[in-house]
Amino acid sequence: MDLTYTEEEEAFRQGLRAWLADVLPKLPAKPSPGDWPGRRAYDTAWQRTLYDAGYGEVHWDASPTRRLIFLEETEKAGAPYVGANFVGLLHAGPTIASEGTPEQRARWLPPVLRGDEVWCQGFSEPDAGSDLASLRTRAWRDGDDYVVSGSKIWTSHAEVADWCELLVRTTPVSEDVPKHRGITWLAMPMGAAGITVRPLRTLAGSAEFAEVFLDEVRVPVANRVGAENDGWRVTMVTLSFERGTAFVGEVVACRRLLGELAREARANGRWDDAVLRRRLGRLSAEFAALWRLTQWNVSEGRRTGGVPGTGGSVFKLRYSHARQALYDAAADVLGPGALDLDRAWTLERLSSLSYTIAAGTSQIQRNIVAERILGLPKGR
Amino acid sequence: MSRAVDFQLTDDQKALKRGIRDVLEGRFGRDALRAAVDAADAAAAAADVDAGAVADALETLRLDRELWRALGDAGFFSLCVPESAGGVGLGLPEAVLAFEEAGRVLLPGPAVATFLAAGEVEGAAAGEVVVTAVDGGLVPWLAEADVVRGNAAGAVAVRSVDPLTPLHRVPDGPLAPTAAVLLLAAEQLGSAARTCEAAVQYAQDRQQFGGPVGRFQAVQHLCADMLVRAETARAAVYAAAVTGDPLEALGAKLLADDAAVRNARDCLQAHGGMGFTWESDVHLHLKRAWVRAGLGRTAARAEEELAAAL
Repeated sequence: MDLTYTEEEEAFRQGLRAWLADVLPKLPAKPSPGDWPGRRAYDTAWQRTLYDAGYGEVHWDASPTRRLIFLEETEKAGAPYVGANFVGLLHAGPTIASEGTPEQRARWLPPVLRGDEVWCQGFSEPDAGSDLASLRTRAWRDGDDYVVSGSKIWTSHAEVADWCELLVRTTPVSEDVPKHRGITWLAMPMGAAGITVRPLRTLAGSAEFAEVFLDEVRVPVANRVGAENDGWRVTMVTLSFERGTAFVGEVVACRRLLGELAREARANGRWDDAVLRRRLGRLSAEFAALWRLTQWNVSEGRRTGGVPGTGGSVFKLRYSHARQALYDAAADVLGPGALDLDRAWTLERLSSLSYTIAAGTSQIQRNIVAERILGLPKGR
Repeated sequence: MSRAVDFQLTDDQKALKRGIRDVLEGRFGRDALRAAVDAADAAAAAADVDAGAVADALETLRLDRELWRALGDAGFFSLCVPESAGGVGLGLPEAVLAFEEAGRVLLPGPAVATFLAAGEVEGAAAGEVVVTAVDGGLVPWLAEADVVRGNAAGAVAVRSVDPLTPLHRVPDGPLAPTAAVLLLAAEQLGSAARTCEAAVQYAQDRQQFGGPVGRFQAVQHLCADMLVRAETARAAVYAAAVTGDPLEALGAKLLADDAAVRNARDCLQAHGGMGFTWESDVHLHLKRAWVRAGLGRTAARAEEELAAAL
């Protein structure tokens, strides 16, 4: 056990801090949440700024510790989030880097790093959520193209994306072909004919997701990453990234939010309520532990070659519930203010309701822990 | 030259943990645990006959001095005593690993106080002298201790919920030092991990409706939550041992208390009716976890201290 950073890592941290202090005050104002073109422009401009300063590839850095330091310092400094670049930098990009041909890497990775191209994700379907492998969007070969028909859901940034990492069924399920064997991973250009995007309004009132309808969309066979029918394995490489270091910045954010909440409670008198005060004290211990668990996962990731394992499920379970508990405590601190949509806390509380669902529900995470870590029989 | 952040135990730490587990399981395996419970039981029954002579009953619950000396011989109490003073010269991270193992097997006795007195109280390191300490309003193993740290004047015997931890109450005492908080947390961690394993084992073995009950998601999710609690507490306890930060230790104790108590409860639930019996070990974990949660800072106090630092 060792919790110190190397001199090289500390130097990286200091350099990043100095750079952030210089560059953040010069950023333009943030666009409004409903302004999708504005959000895309803002997010990609930030990625370009990172790229020009040599931080463009930090999410793919061979050192998970440098990735952790980057996410910690940018969050502490209040830098923009990865935003529209999320799928490109943290899903499609790592998948292409790991499974793509040299030509595919050369075509798709540099534009992601420069902030020139935005990706979205076409995985979930109306009838394939937790049971993703049962997806039914069909693709069949026609010359040098696949022809794709079906529908996708929960697609973020679909309106402004250039590319979609798409999972399609290329071999129907049969007695000989289990459901996860007939899936193929395609890079679909969002400008292709036959694509209809319909925004999906969430309970928070905003359209953070979209449904994507595909009607005989032609995707070149050259856009396939990995072998035909091997898309499930290709995808698993991507998904385990999501459960690994993807939440580093969010844990840092929670610790900051908790501090703000304590200040608010001291100012409005709620601090005198010992029960509420103690809840905040316990949350402080909770997020401190989650930070250590993050560091642990990162150090495990380094030892096992960069792909975080099942430890991500343990973390995600604990984190998603802790963050919801934070917003519930916030509501008790704010009192009537918790009913005011003009308080940022209120919208964030509504958004937090997705945390125990997105990227694998808590129930699916528990299945993963029970079967893959504890070795219990396949559940029923 | 420092290395990168790494939670992996070093080879030496792994060997130490393994060695201590071997000593503890060899000297205080399940048979020894149940024999100790039976002895405590017999003592309590005899006291009942003597018309509520609680103090007498506690006098008769003896600490296994042979076990205590064996632990001393194995270097358990002198792990953190400097080599120049005849100890092993290790630090808190290693002590935490040792106490995690003690928590797994439900080692009876005031091990934390004796460990922290080693090097200061003659004979403690060797396991010859048993040391206890006043901790808030409680003193464990007061009658059996050779040395008491803190003022135990006015101590009143309690009929302890844990058959293997005699308790006295005192009006008010000093709060436990950070190292004691951390070692208690480590014991809670060991217990939480052990009850998780026991629940998983039972879920695999117990057959109902034509198969192991562990194939039902309702049981699986109970077990999964137990692992999450234990592993979150582990990250907190190990990190606090490395930093030695008092607040981080308080937070780690808070999470480890929660993990030990709730895992014991869930382990009991996973065992069904068997979990409710005296012959099952689950209640021993739960009762000890309750006792440890009452020592070294209660949740209320730890939460207040953590809140004050926000």
